[in-house]
Amino acid sequence: MPEKVMFTMGDIACAEGALAAGCKYFGGYPITPATEIAEWMSQKMPQYGGAYVQYEDEIASITSVIGASWTGTKSMTATSGPGVSLMLEAIGLAVMTETPLVLVNIMRGGPSTGQPTRGQQGDIMQAKWGSHGDYQIIALTPASVQEMFDQTVQAFNLSEKYRTPVFVLADETVGHMREKLVIPDEKDLKLVSRKQPTVDPSEYLPFKADEDDLVPPMALLGSKYQFYATGLTHDERGYPSDKEHIQIKLVTRLQDKILKNADDIIDLEKFMLDDADIAVIAYGTPSRSAKKAIKDARAEGIKAGLLRLKTVWPFPEDIVADLGTEVKHIIVPEQNLGQVYHMVRSAAAPTPIHLMAKPAGMPQLPHEILAKIREIDSI
Amino acid sequence: MTEEAAVRIKDMLEKDEILSSGHRMCAGCAAPTIVKLMGMALRGPTVVCEATGCLEVATTIYPYTAWKIPWIHVAFENASAVASGVVEAYKVMHQKGRFEHEHVDVIAIGGDGGTFDIGFGSLSGMLERGHDVVYMVYDNGAYQNTGIQRSGATLPGQETTTSWAGKVSPGKEQRKKPIAEIVAAHKIPYVATVSPYHRRDFIQKFRKALEVEGPAFIHAISPCPRGWRSETGKSMELAKLAVETGIHPLYEVFDGEEYKMSGPSKRIKELTPIEDYMKPQGQFRHLFKDPQWEGFREQIQTWIKEDWELLKKKCGVE
Repeated sequence: MPEKVMFTMGDIACAEGALAAGCKYFGGYPITPATEIAEWMSQKMPQYGGAYVQYEDEIASITSVIGASWTGTKSMTATSGPGVSLMLEAIGLAVMTETPLVLVNIMRGGPSTGQPTRGQQGDIMQAKWGSHGDYQIIALTPASVQEMFDQTVQAFNLSEKYRTPVFVLADETVGHMREKLVIPDEKDLKLVSRKQPTVDPSEYLPFKADEDDLVPPMALLGSKYQFYATGLTHDERGYPSDKEHIQIKLVTRLQDKILKNADDIIDLEKFMLDDADIAVIAYGTPSRSAKKAIKDARAEGIKAGLLRLKTVWPFPEDIVADLGTEVKHIIVPEQNLGQVYHMVRSAAAPTPIHLMAKPAGMPQLPHEILAKIREIDSI
Repeated sequence: MTEEAAVRIKDMLEKDEILSSGHRMCAGCAAPTIVKLMGMALRGPTVVCEATGCLEVATTIYPYTAWKIPWIHVAFENASAVASGVVEAYKVMHQKGRFEHEHVDVIAIGGDGGTFDIGFGSLSGMLERGHDVVYMVYDNGAYQNTGIQRSGATLPGQETTTSWAGKVSPGKEQRKKPIAEIVAAHKIPYVATVSPYHRRDFIQKFRKALEVEGPAFIHAISPCPRGWRSETGKSMELAKLAVETGIHPLYEVFDGEEYKMSGPSKRIKELTPIEDYMKPQGQFRHLFKDPQWEGFREQIQTWIKEDWELLKKKCGVE
């Protein structure tokens, strides 16, 4: 399809991104403020030769996505915090069985029912630590309608490449804002599909990873290769094991395939950082306020810059650590009580880190961030 | 627990309301009427545990609440489990002499999404364990709160924002989950279907539900002008038509075995055609506009008739 321009909301841009990425299965359940994604998919999916199925709850939605993915179909679901809370066990299952899937969380106020129609960024740590056990996850944080499209495509690519669930973590403001969206010509889109095994079926080991990227090729359910997957700790054959060395080897590889490929996964934007004394680290809606505040601060002669995180997991620890040596102060505005803040603090210490916490729907406004920059500049 | 149920209009006017005016339910929504009718049946101290849904959201818009009796909002999928906990804890407190009331009635309320779908496991568990709770579902046929998505209670042919009607689809293609039958199959003491149009029948059944020992279940049809695309003044008429067309027949089931057809359904000589129920609702418009869906409409009518005949048989009605 040729390039197309739309004026639309973030949720719909996300759905369009999924369709462009080749998603052919959506398992859904209604929840504010993510419902528009399901609604759009329920209408469009049949036209794209895919399936939309609405389930009885979020647990069924995501587990259906796991099943669909194993057939070789690019699959996703979309929800909000309370839905993710129900999906946590399945996220662990997808991590353990190395199942590619995309999980969109349009973040609203929490805990519990919280403020369904107000945005927040309270689910950053949930995405990383929500399911039990040690694991790594990939989570992307778009800040515009265009990025809702672009990063949903990227989420599919990363999930296919690394055989892992990938979060798109957008705050409600991004999900519901309306902006211009350019859907590129499909031949300009770079799409990735999971590696297929090439060995003789008699030699296929479903969980034997390639040495370069630590990702095992993934046979399709029903192909000539024997298929076997379990949430139990398993060896390279996929067979359950209670051996200590198997557990250590598996859990370490699941971690390493994300962390050792972090440079490939992490995406960020550096804005006016080169000579900055004060850095703002932000993502999602507050990063838009921060950009304006930094332009205003520069106009006043204050050397401020922005590091905008488009990936929060894996956390760009090295980049933040380097930044800590280059600037005198770091400000972290977040629509929560401080989550990425803790990651910045552990990476950039002893550089002073200033949290601007706001666990509510209205993001930090440009003049508020500017006031903070001025206050720190005057120290 | 001596308070009488208010069945006569005069008594209804005198009975304390449990839901105040000024709530934010949509104009023409039947759910607040359903809650008020429930209130007419109460017999003493009562606690309501309510799942997420239209009724929960719109009766408790910050910083107010319309509820005049103790009320707890739970998550979407667990009203039955929370109610089970409330009932069992009261029992223990009472045994220990640490609670002033002789008895407290516990009611759980959910919409059709919270009952037919996400809360179904929790409901089934409560029924199996046999907690003394009355569970009432107000069934408006879709997830109206999040903007009209299909649920297990959505009728075939109904258009929602996740079961679109058009050239290739007649709206929802699947049948509605027979929730009262499924609940009755747990062999609990009492199951009844009600319509807010038939208020006397409603109140008497709800009172019975409170009086039985063990779980009871009330399935109330709840017209929704917003989702059904119907006139706000037509809700009670639709609640009546739902019964007359056999889409929501009124009956009781005792101990999962003894079926009893209720007066308003028993008096039906012949079912009113479903067209009369569907035509005032925009959500079924495509079934009449597009001739290709005529066959599907006939199929729905056949399903309704078959269910009706089966129900008559179970109730021993000729």
